[in-house]
Amino acid sequence: MRLRSLGGSARLRRALGLALLLTAATFLLDTPASADQGPGAPVRLGAVEELLQYLLIGIARGAVFSLIALGYTMVYGIIELINFAHGDLYMLGAFMALSVVACCGGESLSGGAAAGAIALAFLVSTAFTAGVNFGVERLAYRPLRNAPPLAPLLTAIGMSFIFQNLGLFWGGLPIAGMGSQAAAPKSFPDLLPTVNLVQALGIPSGLSFTTKDLFVIATAAPLMVGLTLFVRFTRLGKAMRATAQNRMAAQVVGINADRVIAATFLIGGGLAGAGAVINGLYNNTIVFDMGYNAGLMAFTAAVLGGIGSIPGAMLGGFFIGIVSSFSDWQLATQWTPAVVFGLLILVLIFRPQGLLGRETGEKA
Amino acid sequence: MLALEGVVSGYGPSPVLHGLSLTVAEGEIVTILGSNGAGKTTTLRTIQGLLRPRAGEIRLAGQPIQGLATDQVVRLGIAHCPEARLIFPRMTVRENLEMGAYVRTDREGIRQDLERVLETFPRLRERVGQRGGTLSGGEQQMLAIGRSLMARPKLLLLDEPSLGLAPMLVTQIFGIIREINRAGTSVLLVEQNARMALKVASRGYVLETGRIVLEGPAADLAQNEQVKKAYLGM
Ligand SMILES: Nc1ncnc2c1ncn2[C@@H]1O[C@H](COP(=O)(O)OP(=O)(O)O)[C@@H](O)[C@H]1O
Ligand SMILES: [Mg+2]
Repeated sequence: MRLRSLGGSARLRRALGLALLLTAATFLLDTPASADQGPGAPVRLGAVEELLQYLLIGIARGAVFSLIALGYTMVYGIIELINFAHGDLYMLGAFMALSVVACCGGESLSGGAAAGAIALAFLVSTAFTAGVNFGVERLAYRPLRNAPPLAPLLTAIGMSFIFQNLGLFWGGLPIAGMGSQAAAPKSFPDLLPTVNLVQALGIPSGLSFTTKDLFVIATAAPLMVGLTLFVRFTRLGKAMRATAQNRMAAQVVGINADRVIAATFLIGGGLAGAGAVINGLYNNTIVFDMGYNAGLMAFTAAVLGGIGSIPGAMLGGFFIGIVSSFSDWQLATQWTPAVVFGLLILVLIFRPQGLLGRETGEKA
Repeated sequence: MLALEGVVSGYGPSPVLHGLSLTVAEGEIVTILGSNGAGKTTTLRTIQGLLRPRAGEIRLAGQPIQGLATDQVVRLGIAHCPEARLIFPRMTVRENLEMGAYVRTDREGIRQDLERVLETFPRLRERVGQRGGTLSGGEQQMLAIGRSLMARPKLLLLDEPSLGLAPMLVTQIFGIIREINRAGTSVLLVEQNARMALKVASRGYVLETGRIVLEGPAADLAQNEQVKKAYLGM
Protein backbone atom coordinates (compact mmCIF):
# COMPACT_ATOMS: atom_id res chain seq x y z
CA MET A 1 0.00 0.00 0.00
CA ARG A 2 2.66 2.36 1.12
CA LEU A 3 5.01 1.50 -1.71
CA ARG A 4 2.25 2.02 -4.20
CA SER A 5 1.35 5.46 -3.05
CA LEU A 6 5.01 6.40 -3.08
CA GLY A 7 5.34 5.11 -6.63
CA GLY A 8 2.25 7.08 -7.54
CA SER A 9 3.61 10.34 -6.21
CA ALA A 10 6.91 9.77 -8.02
CA ARG A 11 4.96 9.24 -11.22
CA LEU A 12 3.01 12.39 -10.60
CA ARG A 13 6.18 14.35 -10.09
CA ARG A 14 7.58 12.89 -13.25
CA ALA A 15 4.46 13.78 -15.22
CA LEU A 16 4.48 17.33 -13.88
CA GLY A 17 8.11 17.71 -14.79
CA LEU A 18 7.49 16.37 -18.24
CA ALA A 19 4.62 18.79 -18.77
CA LEU A 20 6.91 21.59 -17.69
CA LEU A 21 9.58 20.42 -20.09
CA LEU A 22 7.13 20.20 -22.98
CA THR A 23 5.78 23.67 -22.27
CA ALA A 24 9.30 24.98 -22.25
CA ALA A 25 10.05 23.16 -25.50
CA THR A 26 7.02 24.55 -27.33
CA PHE A 27 7.89 27.97 -25.98
CA LEU A 28 11.34 27.55 -27.45
CA LEU A 29 10.02 26.44 -30.83
CA ASP A 30 7.23 29.00 -31.11
CA THR A 31 9.28 32.03 -30.34
CA PRO A 32 10.24 33.49 -33.67
CA ALA A 33 13.91 34.18 -34.13
CA SER A 34 13.87 37.77 -33.00
CA ALA A 35 15.32 40.79 -34.67
CA ASP A 36 17.94 40.60 -31.98
CA GLN A 37 20.85 39.19 -33.95
CA GLY A 38 23.48 37.22 -32.11
CA PRO A 39 26.79 38.82 -31.27
CA GLY A 40 28.85 36.78 -33.68
CA ALA A 41 26.40 36.89 -36.57
CA PRO A 42 26.77 40.02 -38.62
CA VAL A 43 25.65 38.39 -41.86
CA ARG A 44 22.19 36.91 -42.42
CA LEU A 45 22.45 33.19 -41.93
CA GLY A 46 20.41 30.23 -43.10
CA ALA A 47 18.57 28.29 -40.40
CA VAL A 48 21.18 25.53 -40.18
CA GLU A 49 24.02 27.98 -40.22
CA GLU A 50 22.39 29.99 -37.50
CA LEU A 51 22.04 26.88 -35.39
CA LEU A 52 25.71 26.09 -35.99
CA GLN A 53 26.63 29.63 -35.10
CA TYR A 54 24.96 29.46 -31.72
CA LEU A 55 26.40 26.04 -31.18
CA LEU A 56 29.89 27.51 -31.66
CA ILE A 57 29.13 30.36 -29.29
CA GLY A 58 27.82 27.83 -26.79
CA ILE A 59 30.96 25.73 -27.04
CA ALA A 60 33.26 28.68 -26.45
CA ARG A 61 31.17 29.77 -23.49
CA GLY A 62 30.92 26.21 -22.25
CA ALA A 63 34.69 25.85 -22.13
CA VAL A 64 34.83 28.52 -19.42
CA PHE A 65 31.86 26.99 -17.55
CA SER A 66 33.67 23.65 -17.65
CA LEU A 67 36.81 25.10 -16.09
CA ILE A 68 34.77 26.60 -13.25
CA ALA A 69 32.60 23.50 -12.88
CA LEU A 70 35.75 21.42 -12.34
CA GLY A 71 36.51 23.37 -9.18
CA TYR A 72 33.01 22.69 -7.83
CA THR A 73 33.09 19.04 -8.69
CA MET A 74 36.60 18.31 -7.43
CA VAL A 75 35.98 19.93 -4.07
CA TYR A 76 32.59 18.27 -3.72
CA GLY A 77 34.09 14.95 -4.72
CA ILE A 78 36.71 15.07 -2.02
CA ILE A 79 35.01 16.71 0.97
CA GLU A 80 31.35 16.88 -0.06
CA LEU A 81 31.29 20.64 0.23
CA ILE A 82 29.37 22.77 -2.24
CA ASN A 83 31.86 25.59 -2.42
CA PHE A 84 29.53 28.55 -2.78
CA ALA A 85 32.48 30.93 -2.99
CA HIS A 86 33.87 29.32 -6.12
CA GLY A 87 32.09 31.61 -8.60
CA ASP A 88 33.39 34.61 -6.68
CA LEU A 89 36.88 33.20 -6.66
CA TYR A 90 36.59 33.15 -10.46
CA MET A 91 35.59 36.82 -10.32
CA LEU A 92 38.67 37.65 -8.23
CA GLY A 93 40.73 35.85 -10.87
CA ALA A 94 39.21 38.11 -13.49
CA PHE A 95 40.12 41.22 -11.47
CA MET A 96 43.66 39.98 -11.08
CA ALA A 97 43.89 39.28 -14.81
CA LEU A 98 42.61 42.76 -15.63
CA SER A 99 45.05 44.37 -13.21
CA VAL A 100 47.97 42.50 -14.77
CA VAL A 101 46.97 43.27 -18.35
CA ALA A 102 46.19 46.90 -17.56
CA CYS A 103 49.50 47.36 -15.76
CA CYS A 104 51.30 45.96 -18.79
CA GLY A 105 49.73 48.64 -20.98
CA GLY A 106 46.18 47.44 -21.55
CA GLU A 107 44.47 48.27 -24.82
CA SER A 108 47.66 49.72 -26.30
CA LEU A 109 49.44 46.37 -26.31
CA SER A 110 49.86 44.46 -29.52
CA GLY A 111 51.84 41.64 -31.04
CA GLY A 112 54.49 40.06 -28.84
CA ALA A 113 53.85 42.46 -25.98
CA ALA A 114 50.16 41.50 -25.94
CA ALA A 115 51.06 37.82 -26.00
CA GLY A 116 53.48 38.38 -23.14
CA ALA A 117 50.85 40.22 -21.10
CA ILE A 118 48.36 37.42 -21.72
CA ALA A 119 50.87 34.80 -20.63
CA LEU A 120 51.68 36.82 -17.53
CA ALA A 121 47.96 37.21 -16.75
CA PHE A 122 47.50 33.45 -16.97
CA LEU A 123 50.44 32.85 -14.69
CA VAL A 124 49.57 35.43 -12.06
CA SER A 125 45.81 34.90 -12.10
CA THR A 126 46.03 31.13 -11.89
CA ALA A 127 48.58 31.27 -9.09
CA PHE A 128 46.46 33.86 -7.30
CA THR A 129 43.15 31.96 -7.33
CA ALA A 130 44.96 28.71 -6.56
CA GLY A 131 46.65 30.37 -3.60
CA VAL A 132 43.47 32.02 -2.31
CA ASN A 133 41.54 28.74 -2.54
CA PHE A 134 44.38 26.91 -0.80
CA GLY A 135 44.52 29.53 1.94
CA VAL A 136 40.76 29.53 2.51
CA GLU A 137 40.75 25.74 2.84
CA ARG A 138 43.58 25.92 5.32
CA LEU A 139 42.11 28.71 7.43
CA ALA A 140 38.35 28.24 7.11
CA TYR A 141 37.39 24.74 6.00
CA ARG A 142 40.05 22.52 7.56
CA PRO A 143 39.23 23.51 11.15
CA LEU A 144 35.64 22.45 10.35
CA ARG A 145 36.63 19.08 8.89
CA ASN A 146 34.79 17.11 11.59
CA ALA A 147 32.01 19.62 12.18
CA PRO A 148 28.45 19.01 10.93
CA PRO A 149 28.28 19.62 7.15
CA LEU A 150 26.20 22.77 7.58
CA ALA A 151 29.15 24.59 9.20
CA PRO A 152 31.53 24.53 6.19
CA LEU A 153 28.58 25.23 3.87
CA LEU A 154 27.70 28.41 5.75
CA THR A 155 31.37 29.32 5.86
CA ALA A 156 31.51 28.98 2.07
CA ILE A 157 28.52 31.30 1.71
CA GLY A 158 30.28 33.76 4.00
CA MET A 159 33.43 33.49 1.88
CA SER A 160 31.33 34.29 -1.16
CA PHE A 161 30.29 37.59 0.45
CA ILE A 162 33.84 38.36 1.48
CA PHE A 163 35.11 37.72 -2.04
CA GLN A 164 32.40 39.89 -3.61
CA ASN A 165 33.25 42.74 -1.29
CA LEU A 166 36.91 42.29 -2.08
CA GLY A 167 35.99 42.53 -5.75
CA LEU A 168 34.02 45.69 -5.07
CA PHE A 169 36.95 47.16 -3.13
CA TRP A 170 39.36 46.17 -5.88
CA GLY A 171 37.13 47.79 -8.50
CA GLY A 172 37.35 51.08 -6.61
CA LEU A 173 41.12 51.11 -6.25
CA PRO A 174 42.93 53.92 -8.07
CA ILE A 175 44.92 51.50 -10.22
CA ALA A 176 45.12 50.80 -13.92
CA GLY A 177 42.03 49.28 -15.49
CA MET A 178 39.55 49.98 -12.68
CA GLY A 179 38.04 53.41 -13.31
CA SER A 180 36.26 55.52 -10.71
CA GLN A 181 33.07 53.54 -10.09
CA ALA A 182 33.75 50.49 -7.97
CA ALA A 183 30.59 48.62 -8.88
CA ALA A 184 30.59 49.46 -12.58
CA PRO A 185 31.56 46.85 -15.15
CA LYS A 186 35.21 47.19 -16.18
CA SER A 187 36.25 46.82 -19.76
CA PHE A 188 38.84 44.14 -20.27
CA PRO A 189 41.39 45.00 -23.00
CA ASP A 190 40.58 43.32 -26.29
CA LEU A 191 44.02 41.89 -26.96
CA LEU A 192 43.10 38.93 -29.13
CA PRO A 193 43.02 39.28 -32.91
CA THR A 194 39.55 38.81 -34.36
CA VAL A 195 40.07 37.16 -37.71
CA ASN A 196 37.15 35.17 -39.00
CA LEU A 197 38.71 31.83 -39.81
CA VAL A 198 35.71 30.76 -41.89
CA GLN A 199 36.31 33.65 -44.27
CA ALA A 200 40.07 33.41 -44.06
CA LEU A 201 39.90 29.81 -45.16
CA GLY A 202 37.68 30.83 -48.07
CA ILE A 203 34.69 28.77 -46.96
CA PRO A 204 31.56 30.17 -48.62
CA SER A 205 29.48 30.69 -45.50
CA GLY A 206 28.33 33.54 -43.31
CA LEU A 207 29.40 31.63 -40.20
CA SER A 208 31.79 33.28 -37.85
CA PHE A 209 34.51 31.32 -36.08
CA THR A 210 37.23 33.73 -35.12
CA THR A 211 40.74 33.46 -33.77
CA LYS A 212 39.17 34.47 -30.46
CA ASP A 213 36.94 31.40 -30.44
CA LEU A 214 39.94 29.30 -31.37
CA PHE A 215 41.91 30.81 -28.49
CA VAL A 216 39.27 29.72 -26.00
CA ILE A 217 39.33 26.14 -27.21
CA ALA A 218 43.11 26.08 -27.58
CA THR A 219 43.66 27.19 -23.97
CA ALA A 220 40.82 25.35 -22.23
CA ALA A 221 41.20 21.99 -23.95
CA PRO A 222 44.81 21.32 -22.89
CA LEU A 223 43.91 22.20 -19.31
CA MET A 224 41.09 19.67 -19.33
CA VAL A 225 43.13 16.98 -21.03
CA GLY A 226 46.01 17.68 -18.68
CA LEU A 227 43.78 17.42 -15.62
CA THR A 228 42.29 14.16 -16.86
CA LEU A 229 45.72 12.62 -17.39
CA PHE A 230 46.95 13.99 -14.09
CA VAL A 231 44.10 12.48 -12.08
CA ARG A 232 44.32 9.21 -13.94
CA PHE A 233 48.03 8.53 -13.93
CA THR A 234 50.00 10.54 -11.40
CA ARG A 235 50.60 9.54 -7.82
CA LEU A 236 48.88 12.63 -6.45
CA GLY A 237 46.03 12.20 -8.92
CA LYS A 238 45.46 8.64 -7.79
CA ALA A 239 45.63 9.77 -4.18
CA MET A 240 42.93 12.34 -4.98
CA ARG A 241 40.67 9.71 -6.46
CA ALA A 242 41.31 7.37 -3.56
CA THR A 243 40.58 10.05 -0.98
CA ALA A 244 37.38 11.01 -2.79
CA GLN A 245 36.20 7.40 -2.89
CA ASN A 246 36.95 6.54 0.72
CA ARG A 247 38.89 8.89 2.93
CA MET A 248 39.45 6.40 5.74
CA ALA A 249 40.74 3.77 3.32
CA ALA A 250 43.04 6.37 1.79
CA GLN A 251 44.50 7.22 5.18
CA VAL A 252 44.93 3.55 6.00
CA VAL A 253 47.20 3.02 2.97
CA GLY A 254 49.29 6.02 3.98
CA ILE A 255 47.79 8.90 2.01
CA ASN A 256 47.96 12.20 3.85
CA ALA A 257 44.34 13.23 3.29
CA ASP A 258 44.88 16.82 4.45
CA ARG A 259 47.59 17.33 1.87
CA VAL A 260 45.47 15.79 -0.88
CA ILE A 261 42.50 17.98 0.01
CA ALA A 262 44.75 21.04 -0.04
CA ALA A 263 46.04 20.04 -3.48
CA THR A 264 42.46 19.70 -4.70
CA PHE A 265 41.63 23.25 -3.64
CA LEU A 266 44.85 24.46 -5.23
CA ILE A 267 44.10 22.85 -8.59
CA GLY A 268 40.39 23.69 -8.59
CA GLY A 269 41.20 27.30 -7.72
CA GLY A 270 43.83 27.53 -10.44
CA LEU A 271 41.39 26.33 -13.07
CA ALA A 272 38.93 29.07 -12.07
CA GLY A 273 41.73 31.63 -12.51
CA ALA A 274 42.56 30.32 -15.97
CA GLY A 275 38.86 30.40 -16.87
CA ALA A 276 38.69 34.00 -15.68
CA VAL A 277 41.55 35.08 -17.96
CA ILE A 278 39.99 33.30 -20.93
CA ASN A 279 36.60 34.86 -20.25
CA GLY A 280 38.08 38.34 -19.83
CA LEU A 281 39.88 38.15 -23.14
CA TYR A 282 36.82 36.71 -24.85
CA ASN A 283 33.99 38.82 -23.48
CA ASN A 284 36.02 41.93 -22.63
CA THR A 285 33.99 42.97 -19.65
CA ILE A 286 34.10 42.00 -16.00
CA VAL A 287 32.18 43.10 -12.94
CA PHE A 288 32.36 42.37 -9.23
CA ASP A 289 29.15 40.31 -9.13
CA MET A 290 29.89 38.23 -12.25
CA GLY A 291 30.66 35.28 -10.02
CA TYR A 292 27.02 34.75 -9.21
CA ASN A 293 25.90 34.04 -12.73
CA ALA A 294 29.04 32.13 -13.66
CA GLY A 295 28.71 30.16 -10.46
CA LEU A 296 25.11 29.25 -11.21
CA MET A 297 26.04 28.09 -14.71
CA ALA A 298 29.04 26.12 -13.58
CA PHE A 299 27.34 24.59 -10.56
CA THR A 300 24.47 23.46 -12.76
CA ALA A 301 27.03 22.05 -15.17
CA ALA A 302 28.69 20.11 -12.37
CA VAL A 303 25.36 18.74 -11.11
CA LEU A 304 24.23 17.92 -14.63
CA GLY A 305 27.43 16.03 -15.33
CA GLY A 306 27.24 14.28 -11.98
CA ILE A 307 28.75 16.16 -9.08
CA GLY A 308 32.07 14.60 -8.14
CA SER A 309 32.74 13.46 -11.70
CA ILE A 310 35.54 15.25 -13.54
CA PRO A 311 34.54 14.23 -17.09
CA GLY A 312 30.96 15.00 -16.02
CA ALA A 313 31.87 18.59 -15.15
CA MET A 314 33.55 19.06 -18.52
CA LEU A 315 30.60 17.60 -20.41
CA GLY A 316 28.12 19.52 -18.27
CA GLY A 317 30.00 22.78 -18.88
CA PHE A 318 29.74 22.46 -22.64
CA PHE A 319 26.13 21.36 -22.38
CA ILE A 320 25.18 24.37 -20.27
CA GLY A 321 27.18 26.63 -22.59
CA ILE A 322 25.14 25.42 -25.52
CA VAL A 323 21.83 25.55 -23.63
CA SER A 324 22.50 29.12 -22.53
CA SER A 325 23.55 30.15 -26.03
CA PHE A 326 20.37 28.66 -27.50
CA SER A 327 18.34 30.33 -24.81
CA ASP A 328 19.93 33.69 -25.62
CA TRP A 329 19.06 33.09 -29.24
CA GLN A 330 15.53 31.74 -29.02
CA LEU A 331 14.31 33.48 -25.88
CA ALA A 332 16.33 36.39 -24.64
CA THR A 333 19.44 36.77 -22.54
CA GLN A 334 17.42 37.76 -19.49
CA TRP A 335 15.65 34.40 -19.63
CA THR A 336 18.84 32.38 -19.67
CA PRO A 337 19.46 32.17 -15.90
CA ALA A 338 15.84 31.03 -15.45
CA VAL A 339 16.26 28.39 -18.14
CA VAL A 340 19.46 27.12 -16.55
CA PHE A 341 17.91 27.18 -13.08
CA GLY A 342 14.93 25.26 -14.46
CA LEU A 343 17.30 22.73 -15.94
CA LEU A 344 19.06 22.39 -12.60
CA ILE A 345 15.73 21.68 -10.90
CA LEU A 346 14.78 19.13 -13.55
CA VAL A 347 18.11 17.34 -13.16
CA LEU A 348 17.74 17.28 -9.39
CA ILE A 349 14.25 15.78 -9.70
CA PHE A 350 14.81 13.26 -12.46
CA ARG A 351 18.46 12.37 -12.39
CA PRO A 352 20.11 13.65 -9.21
CA GLN A 353 23.22 11.60 -9.91
CA GLY A 354 23.68 13.52 -13.17
CA LEU A 355 24.74 12.22 -16.56
CA LEU A 356 28.01 10.56 -15.61
CA GLY A 357 27.55 10.51 -11.84
CA ARG A 358 27.46 7.39 -9.78
CA GLU A 359 24.28 6.12 -8.20
CA THR A 360 23.98 7.64 -4.77
CA GLY A 361 24.79 5.38 -1.84
CA GLU A 362 27.68 3.63 -3.56
CA LYS A 363 30.11 5.51 -1.42
CA ALA A 364 31.01 2.54 0.76
CA MET B 1 58.39 -4.90 18.20
CA LEU B 2 55.11 -3.20 19.12
CA ALA B 3 54.24 -2.18 22.66
CA LEU B 4 51.22 -0.31 23.99
CA GLU B 5 51.39 1.03 27.51
CA GLY B 6 48.46 2.51 29.37
CA VAL B 7 46.80 3.74 26.19
CA VAL B 8 43.67 5.84 26.66
CA SER B 9 41.85 6.57 23.43
CA GLY B 10 38.40 7.07 21.94
CA TYR B 11 36.14 9.33 19.93
CA GLY B 12 34.06 11.61 22.13
CA PRO B 13 34.58 13.03 25.60
CA SER B 14 34.59 9.65 27.37
CA PRO B 15 37.34 7.28 26.22
CA VAL B 16 36.78 3.81 24.75
CA LEU B 17 40.14 2.36 25.79
CA HIS B 18 40.97 2.74 29.45
CA GLY B 19 44.71 2.27 29.82
CA LEU B 20 45.39 -0.56 27.43
CA SER B 21 48.73 -2.39 27.45
CA LEU B 22 49.82 -5.11 25.06
CA THR B 23 52.86 -6.25 23.10
CA VAL B 24 53.56 -7.99 19.83
CA ALA B 25 57.01 -9.56 19.53
CA GLU B 26 58.94 -9.84 16.27
CA GLY B 27 57.55 -12.66 14.11
CA GLU B 28 54.56 -13.30 16.36
CA ILE B 29 50.85 -13.64 15.64
CA VAL B 30 48.92 -12.08 18.49
CA THR B 31 45.15 -12.04 18.65
CA ILE B 32 42.73 -9.71 20.40
CA LEU B 33 39.40 -11.29 21.26
CA GLY B 34 36.37 -9.41 22.44
CA SER B 35 32.70 -8.96 21.82
CA ASN B 36 31.15 -6.20 19.72
CA GLY B 37 31.96 -2.75 21.01
CA ALA B 38 34.80 -3.91 23.28
CA GLY B 39 37.25 -1.53 21.57
CA LYS B 40 39.17 -3.84 19.23
CA THR B 41 38.80 -1.65 16.16
CA THR B 42 39.55 1.41 18.26
CA THR B 43 42.80 -0.24 19.37
CA LEU B 44 43.95 -0.85 15.79
CA ARG B 45 42.96 2.66 14.71
CA THR B 46 44.90 4.13 17.60
CA ILE B 47 48.00 2.11 16.76
CA GLN B 48 47.91 3.35 13.17
CA GLY B 49 47.46 6.97 14.20
CA LEU B 50 43.92 7.30 12.85
CA LEU B 51 43.01 8.17 16.44
CA ARG B 52 45.34 10.01 18.75
CA PRO B 53 45.66 8.51 22.23
CA ARG B 54 44.95 10.85 25.11
CA ALA B 55 47.42 9.13 27.38
CA GLY B 56 49.89 6.29 27.31
CA GLU B 57 52.62 5.30 24.92
CA ILE B 58 52.81 3.30 21.71
CA ARG B 59 56.31 2.15 20.73
CA LEU B 60 57.50 0.53 17.55
CA ALA B 61 60.94 -1.06 17.92
CA GLY B 62 61.44 1.08 21.00
CA GLN B 63 60.55 4.39 19.36
CA PRO B 64 57.39 6.22 20.46
CA ILE B 65 54.94 6.61 17.56
CA GLN B 66 51.78 7.80 19.29
CA GLY B 67 52.07 11.35 18.02
CA LEU B 68 52.67 10.46 14.37
CA ALA B 69 50.21 10.93 11.51
CA THR B 70 48.92 7.77 9.86
CA ASP B 71 50.97 8.17 6.69
CA GLN B 72 54.13 8.31 8.80
CA VAL B 73 53.10 5.22 10.75
CA VAL B 74 52.49 3.40 7.46
CA ARG B 75 55.95 4.44 6.31
CA LEU B 76 57.41 2.87 9.44
CA GLY B 77 55.96 -0.47 8.33
CA ILE B 78 52.55 -0.83 9.96
CA ALA B 79 49.82 -1.81 7.49
CA HIS B 80 46.17 -2.15 8.38
CA CYS B 81 43.44 -4.20 6.81
CA PRO B 82 40.48 -2.31 8.22
CA GLU B 83 37.13 -3.50 9.36
CA ALA B 84 34.29 -3.56 6.82
CA ARG B 85 36.41 -3.85 3.68
CA LEU B 86 37.25 -0.24 3.07
CA ILE B 87 38.28 -0.58 -0.55
CA PHE B 88 38.19 2.02 -3.33
CA PRO B 89 34.94 1.13 -5.13
CA ARG B 90 35.60 2.98 -8.40
CA MET B 91 39.17 1.90 -8.85
CA THR B 92 40.07 -1.35 -10.53
CA VAL B 93 41.33 -4.30 -8.53
CA ARG B 94 44.83 -3.57 -9.83
CA GLU B 95 44.63 0.09 -8.85
CA ASN B 96 43.32 -0.85 -5.41
CA LEU B 97 46.28 -3.14 -4.88
CA GLU B 98 48.71 -0.54 -6.18
CA MET B 99 47.31 1.99 -3.70
CA GLY B 100 48.38 -0.42 -0.97
CA ALA B 101 51.96 0.32 -2.00
CA TYR B 102 51.35 4.08 -1.94
CA VAL B 103 54.23 4.89 0.41
CA ARG B 104 56.71 2.69 -1.46
CA THR B 105 58.92 3.83 -4.31
CA ASP B 106 60.64 0.60 -5.38
CA ARG B 107 58.81 -0.09 -8.64
CA GLU B 108 60.37 -3.48 -9.18
CA GLY B 109 59.49 -4.66 -5.67
CA ILE B 110 55.93 -3.40 -6.06
CA ARG B 111 55.57 -5.30 -9.33
CA GLN B 112 56.80 -8.50 -7.68
CA ASP B 113 54.50 -8.09 -4.71
CA LEU B 114 51.53 -7.47 -7.01
CA GLU B 115 52.36 -10.73 -8.76
CA ARG B 116 52.62 -12.52 -5.43
CA VAL B 117 49.28 -11.17 -4.18
CA LEU B 118 47.57 -12.20 -7.43
CA GLU B 119 49.10 -15.64 -7.02
CA THR B 120 47.75 -15.89 -3.49
CA PHE B 121 44.29 -14.75 -4.59
CA PRO B 122 43.52 -16.20 -8.04
CA ARG B 123 40.01 -14.74 -7.78
CA LEU B 124 41.55 -11.27 -7.80
CA ARG B 125 43.68 -12.07 -10.83
CA GLU B 126 40.55 -13.02 -12.77
CA ARG B 127 39.03 -9.66 -11.87
CA VAL B 128 42.12 -7.49 -12.04
CA GLY B 129 40.55 -4.95 -14.42
CA GLN B 130 37.18 -4.89 -12.68
CA ARG B 131 36.11 -2.08 -10.34
CA GLY B 132 36.46 -2.88 -6.66
CA GLY B 133 32.85 -1.98 -5.96
CA THR B 134 31.59 -4.69 -8.30
CA LEU B 135 33.27 -7.51 -6.34
CA SER B 136 31.40 -9.79 -3.96
CA GLY B 137 31.85 -9.35 -0.22
CA GLY B 138 34.38 -12.16 0.05
CA GLU B 139 36.34 -10.86 -2.92
CA GLN B 140 36.41 -7.38 -1.41
CA GLN B 141 37.79 -8.86 1.78
CA MET B 142 40.54 -10.57 -0.23
CA LEU B 143 41.21 -7.29 -1.97
CA ALA B 144 41.52 -5.48 1.34
CA ILE B 145 43.92 -8.11 2.66
CA GLY B 146 45.89 -8.13 -0.59
CA ARG B 147 46.12 -4.35 -0.48
CA SER B 148 47.53 -4.39 3.04
CA LEU B 149 50.17 -6.88 1.92
CA MET B 150 51.21 -4.56 -0.89
CA ALA B 151 52.76 -2.29 1.74
CA ARG B 152 55.21 -5.12 2.51
CA PRO B 153 54.62 -4.38 6.21
CA LYS B 154 56.70 -5.37 9.20
CA LEU B 155 53.54 -5.45 11.27
CA LEU B 156 50.10 -6.21 9.88
CA LEU B 157 46.93 -5.17 11.71
CA LEU B 158 43.99 -7.33 10.64
CA ASP B 159 40.49 -6.33 11.71
CA GLU B 160 38.08 -9.27 11.56
CA PRO B 161 39.30 -10.62 8.24
CA SER B 162 36.94 -13.59 8.40
CA LEU B 163 33.76 -11.62 9.09
CA GLY B 164 30.90 -12.63 6.83
CA LEU B 165 32.93 -15.13 4.81
CA ALA B 166 31.88 -18.67 3.88
CA PRO B 167 33.60 -21.38 6.01
CA MET B 168 35.81 -22.49 3.11
CA LEU B 169 37.05 -18.95 2.63
CA VAL B 170 37.64 -18.51 6.35
CA THR B 171 39.96 -21.52 6.36
CA GLN B 172 41.76 -20.13 3.32
CA ILE B 173 42.15 -16.69 4.88
CA PHE B 174 43.64 -18.13 8.06
CA GLY B 175 46.01 -20.22 5.95
CA ILE B 176 47.13 -17.04 4.23
CA ILE B 177 47.64 -15.28 7.56
CA ARG B 178 49.96 -18.10 8.60
CA GLU B 179 51.87 -17.81 5.32
CA ILE B 180 52.25 -14.06 5.66
CA ASN B 181 53.61 -14.59 9.14
CA ARG B 182 56.04 -17.28 8.04
CA ALA B 183 57.38 -14.87 5.45
CA GLY B 184 58.42 -12.61 8.33
CA THR B 185 55.51 -10.29 9.05
CA SER B 186 54.30 -9.88 12.63
CA VAL B 187 50.51 -9.93 12.87
CA LEU B 188 48.05 -8.38 15.29
CA LEU B 189 44.77 -10.14 14.58
CA VAL B 190 41.40 -8.93 15.82
CA GLU B 191 38.77 -11.64 15.57
CA GLN B 192 35.35 -12.74 16.71
CA ASN B 193 36.08 -16.20 15.36
CA ALA B 194 38.01 -17.10 18.52
CA ARG B 195 38.42 -20.75 17.62
CA MET B 196 40.36 -20.03 14.44
CA ALA B 197 42.20 -17.06 15.89
CA LEU B 198 43.51 -19.05 18.85
CA LYS B 199 44.68 -21.75 16.45
CA VAL B 200 46.95 -19.45 14.40
CA ALA B 201 48.05 -17.11 17.19
CA SER B 202 50.81 -17.74 19.67
CA ARG B 203 49.39 -15.39 22.27
CA GLY B 204 46.10 -13.64 22.87
CA TYR B 205 44.38 -10.88 24.79
CA VAL B 206 40.76 -10.69 25.80
CA LEU B 207 39.33 -7.19 25.67
CA GLU B 208 36.18 -6.15 27.54
CA THR B 209 34.86 -2.57 27.48
CA GLY B 210 38.25 -1.12 26.76
CA ARG B 211 40.23 -3.15 29.28
CA ILE B 212 42.37 -6.28 28.96
CA VAL B 213 40.75 -8.82 31.25
CA LEU B 214 42.77 -11.86 30.28
CA GLU B 215 46.00 -12.59 28.46
CA GLY B 216 48.30 -15.50 27.81
CA PRO B 217 49.49 -18.13 25.37
CA ALA B 218 46.81 -19.02 22.83
CA ALA B 219 46.71 -22.64 23.92
CA ASP B 220 46.01 -21.62 27.53
CA LEU B 221 43.28 -19.20 26.51
CA ALA B 222 41.63 -21.93 24.46
CA GLN B 223 41.40 -24.01 27.65
CA ASN B 224 40.26 -21.13 29.86
CA GLU B 225 36.72 -21.66 31.20
CA GLN B 226 35.77 -17.99 30.81
CA VAL B 227 36.97 -17.88 27.22
CA LYS B 228 35.30 -21.17 26.44
CA LYS B 229 32.00 -19.87 27.69
CA ALA B 230 32.09 -16.38 26.24
CA TYR B 231 33.93 -16.81 22.94
CA LEU B 232 34.02 -20.47 22.01
CA GLY B 233 30.39 -21.19 22.80
CA MET B 234 31.16 -24.15 25.04
N1 LIG C 1 33.47 6.57 14.86
C1 LIG C 1 33.04 6.43 16.13
N2 LIG C 1 32.57 7.50 16.80
C2 LIG C 1 32.14 7.39 18.08
N3 LIG C 1 32.14 6.25 18.77
C3 LIG C 1 32.59 5.13 18.16
C4 LIG C 1 33.07 5.18 16.81
N4 LIG C 1 33.45 3.92 16.46
C5 LIG C 1 33.22 3.16 17.54
N5 LIG C 1 32.71 3.86 18.57
C6 LIG C 1 32.36 3.34 19.91
O1 LIG C 1 33.54 2.85 20.51
C7 LIG C 1 33.28 1.65 21.20
C8 LIG C 1 34.24 0.56 20.71
O2 LIG C 1 34.03 0.34 19.35
P1 LIG C 1 34.96 -0.58 18.46
O3 LIG C 1 36.37 -0.28 18.77
O4 LIG C 1 34.53 -0.42 17.06
O5 LIG C 1 34.59 -2.02 19.00
P2 LIG C 1 34.89 -3.44 18.37
O6 LIG C 1 35.75 -3.26 17.18
O7 LIG C 1 35.55 -4.18 19.48
O8 LIG C 1 33.57 -4.03 18.04
C9 LIG C 1 31.83 1.32 20.95
O9 LIG C 1 31.10 1.69 22.11
C10 LIG C 1 31.44 2.16 19.79
O10 LIG C 1 30.11 2.55 19.89
MG1 LIG D 1 35.38 -3.74 15.23
